[in-house]
Amino acid sequence: MTSPPIRAGRTVRVGAGSGFSGDRIDPAELLARHGGLDYLIFECLGERTVAAANARRLDDPESGYDPLLCARMNAVLPHTLPAGTTVITNGGAANPLAAVEQVLRVASRVARRSVRVAAVTGDDVLDLVRRSNPEVWETGLPLSEHGEELVSANAYLGADAVIPALDCGADVVITGRLADPSLYVAPLAYEFGWDLARPHIIGAATAVGHLLECAGQLTGGYFADPVTKPVKGMANLGFPFADVRGDGTAVFGKLDGTGGVLSERTCAEQLLYEVGDPGAYLTPDVTADFSGVQFAQVETDRVAIDGATGRARPDDLKVTLGFRGGWLGEGQISYAGPRALPRARLAAEIVTERLTEVHGLAKDSVSVEFIGAGAAFRGLSTDTEAREVRLRVTTNTDTERSADIVGWEVESLYTNGPAGGGGARRSTTRILAIRSCSIPREYVSSRIHVFEDGQ
Amino acid sequence: MTGHHAPRRIDDLADVRVGDKGDTLIVAVLARDRAGYDYLAEHLSAVRLSAHFGGLVSGTARRSLQPNQLGMVFVLPGVLGAGVTGSPLLDSHGKTLGYHVLELVI
Repeated sequence: MTSPPIRAGRTVRVGAGSGFSGDRIDPAELLARHGGLDYLIFECLGERTVAAANARRLDDPESGYDPLLCARMNAVLPHTLPAGTTVITNGGAANPLAAVEQVLRVASRVARRSVRVAAVTGDDVLDLVRRSNPEVWETGLPLSEHGEELVSANAYLGADAVIPALDCGADVVITGRLADPSLYVAPLAYEFGWDLARPHIIGAATAVGHLLECAGQLTGGYFADPVTKPVKGMANLGFPFADVRGDGTAVFGKLDGTGGVLSERTCAEQLLYEVGDPGAYLTPDVTADFSGVQFAQVETDRVAIDGATGRARPDDLKVTLGFRGGWLGEGQISYAGPRALPRARLAAEIVTERLTEVHGLAKDSVSVEFIGAGAAFRGLSTDTEAREVRLRVTTNTDTERSADIVGWEVESLYTNGPAGGGGARRSTTRILAIRSCSIPREYVSSRIHVFEDGQ
Repeated sequence: MTGHHAPRRIDDLADVRVGDKGDTLIVAVLARDRAGYDYLAEHLSAVRLSAHFGGLVSGTARRSLQPNQLGMVFVLPGVLGAGVTGSPLLDSHGKTLGYHVLELVI
């Protein structure tokens, strides 16, 4: 055991290595190499990703961790291990223990010393919810009244689950479902010796974590607009870090020479991102209050944050439920030039009639979109003069075979449909439906598992 | 200053970032300056924005003013209507819908 270093009077630097499962790796490698980080955090789990990882694990018990885990570790461990930077990631997804084995394998190749890797488990509450039968938020019905196969139930763990792993001196900490900001709150609370029961400071740390958790979204990603918000160097977007003080205030930055921009505007946008009530942002750690946050540009690409606070944490933990539904069949084909939309509409009518009349699919299982004519806006506005329209037809069916028919019918428009249809593509994928419930936090107990590569 | 005013396009006053939580679309509208914020705070009500999403909103829309950020957050339940099996739509997260908000004239 190492004793927690109390860092009052200095700052702790936490860096964002990824903002989602499929994120770029080179910005994380740059941060690991040149960032002078105390911690490098990889956020890799969405609601859908954790359910998909569980579904993969059902098919292969050795899988279920983030598909890019090894690639990320290969890129950063050669820098983080010598520098003493601790890596924390929720990329264990549905299988943190299998992920540890992979990380140790990578570490044994790149490290010149023994490496300690810790897994945090306890988020998997599948057996628990099957017994306790909670109400599902989206449907208002007890879990047992849902027909589809429940394949995953993962509770959002908080910072308290990670701190014991840091206390063991782990070089890498791997978790499953952990609330995104908690990935940052844990090392900050550990380094500064904060009591997790002090909501003001944990609320401040949660604001820091919330701003960093989507990585490039703080530095110009999901922000840039060539006319209203031009951003330079987006192919080389720098991921952000924060220098956090013992009072929970911080300065955000990115590496000099990287692309993107870090401004009060990028920070304000990210502060309010996916936050329904900025005065009460619920995490397992705290009810955070961002309404008093103030940003100040202290120099180019450096922004200070102050004013976040919080109140007592919620009693319940949110749980993401994954259900294996049916199959999604998809077909797409393009029409361009004069009467592009009318021809695409005719094609949609033909396919829909074929699917229902010839193949016997239910009409309400068929969904039609006209990409290029306003499909993204869900019928709220349509461009009837679009120069190019791509028809997309999907079906949601019980079997792979019947789902596959939609792609077939779209493809057959080549020779049986409107003039000038081209570029048909088809796919069939398994549907995972995501829903949520909550369970009392005392039902959930996390534990850590520490492994050491014996160099 | 109610009553007559020259209609303004959101795109000329503000930036928008949207996010999803389940079936709910969360819309952050951030004015580019104080005057824009005051204008939006007066004219862009939750009811007005909800109407811009027509029949897609299935519950009561809420607005929360965030003057520190010259911003406001709208919660629009049901817009991402995934139903029981998940949305089959190409942009199931509704990431593109922020630019639908920018087209609104108030």
